[in-house]
Amino acid sequence: MKPAPFRYHAPRSVADAVGLLAERPGARLLSGGQSLMPMLNLRYVMPDDVIDLNRIDTLAGIAEEGGRVRIGGMTRQRDLERSPVVARHLPVMREALRWVGHIQTRNRGTIGGSLCHLDPAAELPAIAMLYDAEVSAISVRGERSIAMAEFPAFYMTPALEPDEALTAVTFTPWTGRTAFGFVEFSRRHGDFAVVSAACLLGYGPDGRIDRAALVLGGVGAAPLRLPDAEARLTGSRGTSEDFTEAAAFAERIEAMDDAHAGADYRRHLARVLTGRALAQAVARPAA
Amino acid sequence: MDDTIAVALRVNGRTFQGRCEPRTHLADFLRHELGLTGTHVGCEHGVCGACTVLVDGRAVRGCLMLAAQADGAEVRTVEGLAAADGTLHPLQAAFVEAHALQCGFCTPGILMTLVEVLNDTPDADEAEMREALSGNLCRCTGYQNIVKAALTAAKAVSGVRGA
Ligand code: FES
Ligand code: FES
Repeated sequence: MKPAPFRYHAPRSVADAVGLLAERPGARLLSGGQSLMPMLNLRYVMPDDVIDLNRIDTLAGIAEEGGRVRIGGMTRQRDLERSPVVARHLPVMREALRWVGHIQTRNRGTIGGSLCHLDPAAELPAIAMLYDAEVSAISVRGERSIAMAEFPAFYMTPALEPDEALTAVTFTPWTGRTAFGFVEFSRRHGDFAVVSAACLLGYGPDGRIDRAALVLGGVGAAPLRLPDAEARLTGSRGTSEDFTEAAAFAERIEAMDDAHAGADYRRHLARVLTGRALAQAVARPAA
Repeated sequence: MDDTIAVALRVNGRTFQGRCEPRTHLADFLRHELGLTGTHVGCEHGVCGACTVLVDGRAVRGCLMLAAQADGAEVRTVEGLAAADGTLHPLQAAFVEAHALQCGFCTPGILMTLVEVLNDTPDADEAEMREALSGNLCRCTGYQNIVKAALTAAKAVSGVRGA
């Protein structure tokens, strides 16, 4: 199908973009277009104005600053996939990107677009949640940052005001010996996951796990951290028994029920995939 | 609503100018404004890959990009694959050889995707090739011969490079 008519704006600066956004309520921001364009084509959304962010060069880029990695909202998924900075500091993101759509969609799709679209099963929001990333937003009223834990407001809706635009996502890489895993189950390659699981494990000098993060995608309205499982792993040696017990927490979550899978099945997948993500983490030599 | 907007871009090395509504996507612009009907339109929501073209060297879904966004871009379509004298691109030759198409509807999108794949990872093995092709649907062939042709072309291309 073809989109309903709209006015098209291609601002060259962030200031112009947020100016337009403030002035035109109901306008939609167009980033990589891999979700918004299908929604326009299918007439799920029919905005009067589309504000294209693709001509604003300053919104894309990957920068290391003070031990953190700042990724501009318009950075393409394919550029993240190939970035040596991501490979070195955020290897689990690189692993997750392999599961995001296809070459053609990753060539256009952006990290900011993924986060703002906030599909419950999307990989990049799960990775942002895993790292407790910080989201930067701007409007004509000023700039602010939002902790990723606070970023999902409800189903497919970020905690952004109508006049706000996401500008960057900042990650704090884990230091020391760290292992990671990312697995997902979907019916066809490149589809959104039915359930995905990711983990980061930090090891202390005594070889025990001194820090753990676990996240599930696709089970609820937003990516879900598993604090009980993380606590179970912290201080442990990461034996298969530790992993089995930690993964059991994943089955006690509340899961959603939809056309793709029932809640029971999602809970089952959550446990199995959490176990697999942990197994994958220890099977790989930790860096 | 707004009038049409001007779009100037290069397609297969030639400069084109046209006008379109803001809502026109790139694949429709190529087909209807420029008459380049080699690029096909299937689902129009980013699932089938029939509309794949190269924009500034990268394979993208032509139905998920506005023509206005390609203003100033360098686009390559299936019409630009064969040499001026009609000599087929190694990919096209391999597709003919391996009988990698039946109705041909998916073929332009698959070829344009593979241009990028052969460029980036000419040493891709079968599993990697299948993953690279996962964003292109073919309702006829069952993919066997497409994968075979892609691997043959990859070999031909890296052979030329190695020489
Ligand atoms: S027509 Fe573009 S992906 Fe199907
Ligand atoms: S050859 Fe007919 S769809 Fe692929």
